[in-house]
Amino acid sequence: MTVLLSNRHTVQSAEDVVAIRQSVRQRAVELGFSLVDQTKIVTAASELARNTLQYGGGGRVTIDAVEDFGRRGIRLTFEDEGPGIPDVELAMKDGYTTGGGLGLGLSGARRLSNDFSIQSAPGKGTRVTITRWR
Amino acid sequence: MERIPILKMGEYLLVTIQVDMHDRLAMTLQDDLTARIVEARAKGVLIDISALEIVDSFIGRMLADIAAMSRVLDAETVVVGMRPAVAITLVELGLTLTGVRTALNVERGMDLLRERIRERLAE
Repeated sequence: MTVLLSNRHTVQSAEDVVAIRQSVRQRAVELGFSLVDQTKIVTAASELARNTLQYGGGGRVTIDAVEDFGRRGIRLTFEDEGPGIPDVELAMKDGYTTGGGLGLGLSGARRLSNDFSIQSAPGKGTRVTITRWR
Repeated sequence: MERIPILKMGEYLLVTIQVDMHDRLAMTLQDDLTARIVEARAKGVLIDISALEIVDSFIGRMLADIAAMSRVLDAETVVVGMRPAVAITLVELGLTLTGVRTALNVERGMDLLRERIRERLAE
């Protein structure tokens, strides 16, 4: 996979989450994503950025325009040094939440992307990577 | 502080969300709206989201909460103008907006509100 373009944002406030949505939208438009695909990747970004802020205590996101075997896409990596997730499988379940939300952030973001991976351990922070192809 | 304006039209309140809301702004709207329902003795609330490019789980929950709170306060809420791409994404996200009445546009939303309020009076 080749990275064509990369930029980073910090996730420290609710305003940062809005800025990340706008940045992801712009990249999706540049890559020629359809309106529905733009909406899906921006919505997934919003869910994951909020998780980074709320559960990870803030962190950063890397927005990459990528190319693989001639297809182009957006890869988003959310990283924090927060408390981590003790049971990732449980956290991925629809409706499971420890924060009073709807419990759709992680599971919903996975459904809205083509590739999804998560690494997390207690005390080690969390890293979520998603990719959506054009 | 930044706020979403709430317009009063007779016994209805009209909210048009024109900005990409951050979470605190969404919470402020929810608080302001419930206060205004009581203050204005509103019978109906119309929320126009046609300018919203996404509805994520936070905004979705805010809409569902507003609908539930207004019902308790004896007012009906209708959400209008959801973009097709937003609707497709919402369903895939897993959000069904249970208990939220929707209409295609403001005109149909007003019709729906009037109808619901008439039904309530007849009950």
